[in-house]
Amino acid sequence: MTGPSPRTATLPAYAHRLRRRVAILLGLGALMLVALLFDIATGPSNLPLNDVITGILNPAGLDGPGRVIIWDVRLPYALMAVLVGAALALAGAEMQTILNNPLASPFTLGVSSAASFGAALALVLGASLPFIPAGWNLPAFAFLFAFGSVLLLQALAGLRGTGVETLVLFGIALVFTFNALVALIQFVASQEALQQLVFWSMGSLSRATWQKLGVLALVTALTTPFALHASWRMTALRLGEDRARSFGISVARLRFFSLLRVSLLAATSVAFVGTIGFIGLVAPHIARMLVGEDHRFFLPASMLAGAAIMSLASVASKTLVPGALLPVGIVTALIGVPFFMALIFTRRERL
Amino acid sequence: MAPALTIAGLSVFYGRRAILENLSVPALTGGSVTALIGPNGAGKTTLLRALAGLVPATGSIRLDDVELTRLTIAGHARFVTYMPQALPQRVALTVFEATLSALMSSREGGLSGGGLSSGEAQARALRTLERLGIGDLAMRGLDELSGGQRQLASLAQSIVREPTVLLLDEPTSALDIHHQMRVMQLVEELARERSIIVVIVLHDIAQAARFARRIVVLEQGRIAADGSPGEAITPETLARVYRVEARVERCARGFLQVIVDRAV
Repeated sequence: MTGPSPRTATLPAYAHRLRRRVAILLGLGALMLVALLFDIATGPSNLPLNDVITGILNPAGLDGPGRVIIWDVRLPYALMAVLVGAALALAGAEMQTILNNPLASPFTLGVSSAASFGAALALVLGASLPFIPAGWNLPAFAFLFAFGSVLLLQALAGLRGTGVETLVLFGIALVFTFNALVALIQFVASQEALQQLVFWSMGSLSRATWQKLGVLALVTALTTPFALHASWRMTALRLGEDRARSFGISVARLRFFSLLRVSLLAATSVAFVGTIGFIGLVAPHIARMLVGEDHRFFLPASMLAGAAIMSLASVASKTLVPGALLPVGIVTALIGVPFFMALIFTRRERL
Repeated sequence: MAPALTIAGLSVFYGRRAILENLSVPALTGGSVTALIGPNGAGKTTLLRALAGLVPATGSIRLDDVELTRLTIAGHARFVTYMPQALPQRVALTVFEATLSALMSSREGGLSGGGLSSGEAQARALRTLERLGIGDLAMRGLDELSGGQRQLASLAQSIVREPTVLLLDEPTSALDIHHQMRVMQLVEELARERSIIVVIVLHDIAQAARFARRIVVLEQGRIAADGSPGEAITPETLARVYRVEARVERCARGFLQVIVDRAV
């Protein structure tokens, strides 16, 4: 062996790489915070950024209307954007790893479609659940169906001999089934109900309230530590299912709990803000390009990227058409698609 | 003392169909390579997966005093490592990270390699890569590697766990001659150095004869022959199992050569 020994070079290089990834996480976090502040500042009555900052840090120092705008309108919307972005991105990242498919996301595997069907049942057919307050009926229905759709996937995964390809195909079949059912309900819906349903399915942050924010924050706070705890196992799973099992990982168990987290995160998000595609698909891809697939960094990077993108999309939804508030679901897809395509093509060149 | 792996009355069913039927293999001992050969569909991969605890099997697989069939997947992983034939496609991990994950993923679950600190794991991963001569590839991405390098990286993920039994499924079939030799030499050396029981599925009969001390020939889920290369590889066995007319000769250096004349 001549020249510098790999041993002397590799460990410092690895330590350096870990530090760089922490820096990238911090950078994504900073980007998210800036986007969040801009999101709070933009709206029909423009607030200067300093007013926003003082209004948040010291609510008493602001006059009545400013305080109402910031605390009752802008802040719940903006925080909802960040939380939904993070939750959908984490759900997407876990799904892509667990199902070994870069196209997996809550949106592409039927969770959002199932939620739409639940919403349609509540809106059009007036279905209601016992013990649920009227204002929560629709999100409760959307949640039930979204959660149920992942449980169906889950049940299928439990059958012996079911490969991940079958799961992905089944998810796609779910998308078509629920879309057809929603169309059927739309067909019989009254004019007014139809309008509400269409608006709901576009995905909008305007339904955010502090209570809903609290529920989503709780779900995210409860699931994230478990996801991070499984990060080495998920990293090993990227080396192949048999490989991971031969390392002593119970892949069936890992998949079960991961899909449980996914269903909670995706169903809660979709129930509160409607269909928002693309975040769950794109954010993990961006994270993967930035920090690789060591899941200790990949999962948090996905969440931060998702939060930042969602927040920026929220800003765009308020500024793209002056005077109008576009449903944010439209914006994520419209801006997300070209952005994503650009990322894919620039990456192809580098390979 | 070298460890020994004994298989007795092993059967594996997929539904009603028996893939392996009442298979018995007398003690395979550590320190040398055992090659598993046989035609396509003979059950070679299934036997490896059964030994690794990846498919449910009936019968007995004993490693010294331990009955492996009674262990969970995590219990198996303390002794046995399986290297599948298919390598992962597109993975954004470096060689070093992948090797590290082979150690850290089970430590986290409190399974084997217990109590290994992150620093110790890193040092061990690096030692393994250097032992396999790919220390300089540590920081390269898995999808930047050539086929031969990927196979060595995959071997590192198995070796780093310091298994008692190492199961390799056709590790050389996609490689050029240089890398075939390099992988086989490394496997043989490692088996000797660490007294590992190596069971390796090979397609190349001459290669099996060259590197293995013992050869097990499988045919439709049963043992067709079992013994030293000279005992297991005969024109009669080849005719019966592979349906070829072949000559088996010794070269000047004493290794068996198989010359296949035609299919029958």
